[in-house]
Amino acid sequence: MNDDKGMKKGTPLVATKNLSVHFGLGRKLFGEQKVVRAVENISLDIPKGSFFGLVGESGSGKTTLGRAILKAAPISKGRINYNDGEVDYDIATIDKKQLKDYRKRSQLIFQDPYAALSPRMTVRDIIAEPLEVMGLTSSREETDERVREIAAKCRLNLEHLRRFPHAFSGGQRQRISIARALVCQPKFLVADESVAALDVSIQADILNLLKSLTEEYGITFLFISHDLSVVAHVCDMVAVMYLGQIVELAPTRKLFSKQRHPYTAALLTAIPSLDPDHESKAIKLEGEIPSPINPPSGCRFHTRCSYVQDRCIAEPPEWRKIDDEHFVACHFADELNL
Amino acid sequence: MTSPLIKVENLTLQFKTDEGLITAVNDVSFEVAPGEIMGLVGESGSGKSVTAKSLMKLNPGNAVYSPESRITLTTDGESVEVLKLETSRELKVVRGGAISMIFQEPMASFAPAISVGDQMVEQLLLHTDMNKEKATNFSIEMLERVGISDAPERFKQYAFEFSGGMRQRAMIAMALSTKPKLLIADEPTTALDVTIQAQVIDLMKDLVDEFGMGILFITHDLAVIAQTADNVSVMYLGKLIETGSVRQVIREPAHPYTQGLLNAIPKLEHLDVSLTPIPGDIPSPLDRPSGCVFHTRCSQIIEGKCDSSIPATTVLKEGHTAACFVAQGIAEGAMSAS
Amino acid sequence: MADTTSTALSDEAALAEQKRKEAYFTAGQLQLIWARFKRNRSAMVGGAVLLSLISMGVFAPFLSPYDPTIAGRDKTYQNGAPQIPYFWDENGFSLRPFVYTYSRSRSAATNFRWVSTVDKNKRRYLELFVTGWEYHVMDLNLDLPGEFFDINIKLLKSDTHLFGVNEGQIHLFGTDSPGKDIFSRTLHAIYTSLAVGTIGVFIAFVLALVIGGVSGYYGGWLDGVLQMITDSVRTVPAIPLFMALAAFVPDEWSAELRFLFISIILGLIGWPTLARRVRTHLLTERSQDYVLAAKLCGASPGHIIRRHLLPSFTSYIIVDLVISFPYMVLSETALSFIGLGLKDPVNSLGVMLQNVTKADVLLNYQWYFIPVIFFMALVMAFVFVGDGLRDAADPYGDHK
Repeated sequence: MNDDKGMKKGTPLVATKNLSVHFGLGRKLFGEQKVVRAVENISLDIPKGSFFGLVGESGSGKTTLGRAILKAAPISKGRINYNDGEVDYDIATIDKKQLKDYRKRSQLIFQDPYAALSPRMTVRDIIAEPLEVMGLTSSREETDERVREIAAKCRLNLEHLRRFPHAFSGGQRQRISIARALVCQPKFLVADESVAALDVSIQADILNLLKSLTEEYGITFLFISHDLSVVAHVCDMVAVMYLGQIVELAPTRKLFSKQRHPYTAALLTAIPSLDPDHESKAIKLEGEIPSPINPPSGCRFHTRCSYVQDRCIAEPPEWRKIDDEHFVACHFADELNL
Repeated sequence: MTSPLIKVENLTLQFKTDEGLITAVNDVSFEVAPGEIMGLVGESGSGKSVTAKSLMKLNPGNAVYSPESRITLTTDGESVEVLKLETSRELKVVRGGAISMIFQEPMASFAPAISVGDQMVEQLLLHTDMNKEKATNFSIEMLERVGISDAPERFKQYAFEFSGGMRQRAMIAMALSTKPKLLIADEPTTALDVTIQAQVIDLMKDLVDEFGMGILFITHDLAVIAQTADNVSVMYLGKLIETGSVRQVIREPAHPYTQGLLNAIPKLEHLDVSLTPIPGDIPSPLDRPSGCVFHTRCSQIIEGKCDSSIPATTVLKEGHTAACFVAQGIAEGAMSAS
Repeated sequence: MADTTSTALSDEAALAEQKRKEAYFTAGQLQLIWARFKRNRSAMVGGAVLLSLISMGVFAPFLSPYDPTIAGRDKTYQNGAPQIPYFWDENGFSLRPFVYTYSRSRSAATNFRWVSTVDKNKRRYLELFVTGWEYHVMDLNLDLPGEFFDINIKLLKSDTHLFGVNEGQIHLFGTDSPGKDIFSRTLHAIYTSLAVGTIGVFIAFVLALVIGGVSGYYGGWLDGVLQMITDSVRTVPAIPLFMALAAFVPDEWSAELRFLFISIILGLIGWPTLARRVRTHLLTERSQDYVLAAKLCGASPGHIIRRHLLPSFTSYIIVDLVISFPYMVLSETALSFIGLGLKDPVNSLGVMLQNVTKADVLLNYQWYFIPVIFFMALVMAFVFVGDGLRDAADPYGDHK
């Protein structure tokens, strides 16, 4: 069941401050090197114990943000802080030893279940790999014990452990991925479009599994997706990204009942409803999503916004609190009635 | 009663593979009327793509059609049996002529080394009697019609210079320029962002109104069908298990699979309802269940019947049919009660 | 064909089916490759031919009745036609195969050339496991520069041969002009070619793995530099290289040493193709999700290479190795044929073909070409097996 736990008071598990991730594209001998501004100036807090949704379309930078937090993408500017009560790491300047420890506490679940599992390793070896690489167990029996335990939680039985990935369907492979991510008992999990490649009837199964496991183990979850309906069902809080920036952040119920940013509103109305007679009050967004190499000036959304004013082209909006636990980056959020 | 544009009767298709004969489509029958948008919905392994390709006999060489299969295309009062056509000359009438197809991955259907305009013109030269100049002008008009700005410029560009949404529109333009009677759209919006998807769906609806063609819309997303199609057919593991108008199937689903599918889909309007997956996994096509293909995952199974005999298609209401013993029982009960 | 509505299979059949499926699910990569390979008939035939030829080569001394070098020549039967054993002729049936006796005399009719006359009444019976010339099962005699490096290993002396005749000599494939038995020479030639191929392929393989592996895994400037080296080695033209080497190799080097040298050189110019393939494969694989998953566990590059990347191209490597073999064999043949490679007494197809260019041979002594058939069979067997392996490899390719 969904319930707004609300923002936990106290230190967030992951706190990003003015985070930017830029990728260089090729190199020209003379002249400027092209830069992809994948993530620009993001300050986001992920509360401990929350199931945090990160939503955006292509080019929004959501995957890059997730990976930057896991230190799988370079941090160009700003800070990321990880504090789970036991340790406090500054991810940008983390040293090798701390990084090794951090890897135990944070894991990633991939999108493509067919590419995420090494095809030439048995399922048992795949799940055991984090334990073996990080030296978390002292004997083979202990490793086997832990593998069996987590596999059972993900509804994989002993027979499955002896098989190779090619014997499994997409949904089953995703469960193997989840088992692998959970075996080292992390405190923080990032799921990058983990249900996007699955059939609808299986999606629900995986989502329920994720929710029950995070509740049982007290894991904080960053759920990255482009599918708003899925996010609406499983997340406590949702952050909406557009072209490298966060445009709105609120608890799920609040966001879906009242949006304060024009992009969020447009995104919601674009989702087709299962009701054939649904009167679509769709806000049609004109034009294409701009490229992150050359993002628009000022508010990056201004090229497609129906409420655009001169100020939007000149000045990037501030990230501010507009309501209880509700943040938005728009000059006119107070006046707009979306 | 006007004859249907496309009439598929008892289509059974198997593939010759290393592992033997694999049944992809089993005894499927449906009709599409002129100007109707028919949705073909199914998950992976349902055989929907294979069925669609059969309409143009586009399946690979190892495809074996059963002798009872019949696909009849009726245009301007003349009927053609598609499966009896052999040479590419005969098939030219169907492929690109009366029937056009657009695909999920637009990058895959445009040749990368030829400009988009040249490809469109080539198609027109093949199927109509326009000369090059007329074809060029008409193509540019079509590009404008699908909402591509700067059409004369875009005409000369290559596919990789277009964004995802634009490529899809260009593909629609190309498919419609030969004024086909039937457009087969194979997952046309699955790879697009949701805001772009909304634009493309609106475009397709407008074009149907203007050109009066029928569309066979293949997708796994029931919500898109709810907003776009008139009728829908649901497929599971090669069998057509339910068909009817969109309102009938979505509001009064008769087959347990359809019911399960609708329950598994996250709906924005009902955030309180938890997601209920369909238990089990989709069987591999190598492992087709005996009797009713869905019985291994069905919650309403009748022991002894559903696992041994194949349910016939029962008419539940005018235009609404389902292949299920349980539904049959309910329909018969309702009929005897009234 | 609609699904049958028959009742479920009997328990036994179901159990067998279950076992088969379980075997498929738990099959490792090599087992899957073998299962697919078995179904390919031409590959299996090629494999059988290959195995028999290899055993013929390995057991060459045992199978050859006579010493293939000058020491074992038959002075009484030079340029002689093949002698085919018979079981039956006008004089009756014999369980033991026999050959006729041949004698030579100069005949005035043919301008005083040697002419063989057959005496059908004198039979010479074939015997198995005869005693013949001495050989060592393993004989390595390398005269490397400098006294210290000389290798001289002789193991397991033996003098038993599979077959022979009670009197005189039997030449199944005939003899050449000094009288050396072509059958024995062919078998030894197969052995030599296989040995050259093995050494060459081994060297090429090790170099390709290391250079291609480092290049593909690390990328960046290291990759660029290594690629330049790879390309320059690839462009070295083989014939001028070998001509230069032929001039450079001192005469006092023994035949065996020369043979080792040729093999090493062939390996040193053969690695670029395989290296390039290894590199390409690594470049693709290292950006796969499962590699990133391993990195996110803190796996070291060594671990990733060993457990994730190397197994993924075991199948490609096997295929490449098998396919490079015939190229090595053919290169060596060509080089020896034009005199730049091996020389007598070391035997190889190229050496045997050196004498074939005279018109005399082409017109009169066609049996000199019999070894060619063997080599064609050897090369084609390799190719069929390699193709079969290539089709069978990557068994995970189309599973979605």
